[in-house]
Amino acid sequence: MTTPLVSLTNAGKSYKELDALKSVTMHLNQGEVMGLFGHNGAGKTTMMKLILGVISPSRGKVEVMGMAPDSKEAWHARSKVGYLPENVSFYEQLTGLEVLTYFAKLKGFSKKQAIDLLEQVGITHAMKRQVKTYSKGMRQRLGLAQAFIGEPKLLLLDEPTVGLDPIATRDFYKTVDQLKSNGSSVILCSHVLPGVEQHIDRAMILSTGQLLAMGTLKELRQQAALPVAIKPSGLNGSVVNDSRLNGFLTANCPDTLMVPEHEKLSVLKQLLSHDTLEDLQVEAANLEQVYQHFLGLHENKSASHEKGAQG
Amino acid sequence: MRQILTVANKEFHDGLRNRWLISITLIFSLLSIGLTYFGAAASGAVGVASLSTTVASLASLAVFLIPLIALLLSYDSFVGEQESGTLLLLLTYPLSKSQLLLGKFIGQGGIIALATLLGFGSSAVLLYFQLDDPAVLTSFSVFILSAVLLGLSFTAISYLISLSVSEKSKAAGFALITWFLFALAFDLALLALLVGVEEGLSQQGLTQLMMLNPADIFRLVNLSGLDSSDVNGALAVAINASLSQAQLFTALFAWVALPLTLAIFIFRRKKL
Repeated sequence: MTTPLVSLTNAGKSYKELDALKSVTMHLNQGEVMGLFGHNGAGKTTMMKLILGVISPSRGKVEVMGMAPDSKEAWHARSKVGYLPENVSFYEQLTGLEVLTYFAKLKGFSKKQAIDLLEQVGITHAMKRQVKTYSKGMRQRLGLAQAFIGEPKLLLLDEPTVGLDPIATRDFYKTVDQLKSNGSSVILCSHVLPGVEQHIDRAMILSTGQLLAMGTLKELRQQAALPVAIKPSGLNGSVVNDSRLNGFLTANCPDTLMVPEHEKLSVLKQLLSHDTLEDLQVEAANLEQVYQHFLGLHENKSASHEKGAQG
Repeated sequence: MRQILTVANKEFHDGLRNRWLISITLIFSLLSIGLTYFGAAASGAVGVASLSTTVASLASLAVFLIPLIALLLSYDSFVGEQESGTLLLLLTYPLSKSQLLLGKFIGQGGIIALATLLGFGSSAVLLYFQLDDPAVLTSFSVFILSAVLLGLSFTAISYLISLSVSEKSKAAGFALITWFLFALAFDLALLALLVGVEEGLSQQGLTQLMMLNPADIFRLVNLSGLDSSDVNGALAVAINASLSQAQLFTALFAWVALPLTLAIFIFRRKKL
């Protein structure tokens, strides 16, 4: 059993009056891609800063590659970590190549690597232009190139696909998959985005500094116990007449059966036995629904908590 | 060390790119050549003025200009990068806070130092050929060296400002106030103290008070060697109780080192 690349043990961070991160325990293994989801102010950036060693935890322990990231000994490990901040505007008056060369040199790499990276993210044509002439997407690509300097073992990406067009987004996920197969670990921080699901191994859901849920998408779906949506066509109302099936129908989508995960197969079998069945669509709850579920659960809990405190 | 040089190199090139070096050099050389040639105009003659008059006029101008330029050049060094997000990013790199600060200091200080050397050096060369007097070179070496130290001192002071505020516009405001206090208000206050308070201040005490202002130390360095006829105001009194050049340079150097150390200290404790 290898030691995890990143591990947080009851780690938290408080500022004067604000618990930015309450108490989080998590482990990230080598070659694993973790999705970190939450609203603004949920503590995502604070958690990233803790892992980066820019701030020190108020309580608990943070370890990256076996060392506390804010310690002196973790110094040389920093060139093995890549970070893309959420809001960064690079030196506007410099060209893209100059910006990336500066950052590459600070990590101990040369201009040549900077050029290669610019090619990888596809802005070679603009590398001699000043950053102030770049579009939002180009800036984001430049930021990504910056994070990829030196084939990092650990990548922390804050809202990496904001401003990217679909093709660039696809290229980006391709790079993530490639880094993953090379053994890099990635923490992807984002509001829930469509398309992110197949690229992450596990997801973490944060809200107001609290860890709401963590696990693979499958585990989270089970925990959330969200029903599977089954949409048969060609049955001509025989579902409504079926006493077993019509219980799964909901008022707002009369053609769709919302079936709990454990009954999915038996319902499918029954549907398949209908001769008139033309087509069947099965959709498991997606990440966004899982996310909404946990967030809703948390809000209800804190609302009832407040009520209890008042009463 | 490599990290410091990388940062210094970037900052220096920023100074070149933004035309800071060329404009400061031009301002200094135009002023100093102008003063060298027309400094005597007030006494009715156009031509090369005497050495002490020239240095005195240059020093009186430089004492206003250099702090202002240094503050303008560096006030947004940190707060600017903080606003654009690159400061946070840089600190995730294998780059310590003191390395970043020293790198910036060497880069921006290099711009100020080079501009001072080129700008005032030009008139030193000019004057040397006109007067054919080796004393020109010694006076100007002292003048240029102290001017560089003055510039570095205000660069360090502007880092203090840049690290203590969270908005660029606030840093600009504080920079302006700092300039006003050191370049103008401090002397007025000293003068008021001298005139208003009888028996209040000995010559010794006055000189000691002047050590609290790098701009005044710069004045003392450059004017104490000259005839006091070219000098007036609070300074003339202080010069009579003058400290040695070495002591003055030490004090000026302390005005570089102390703010810089304090800036590193503030940077280390700064919340990001």
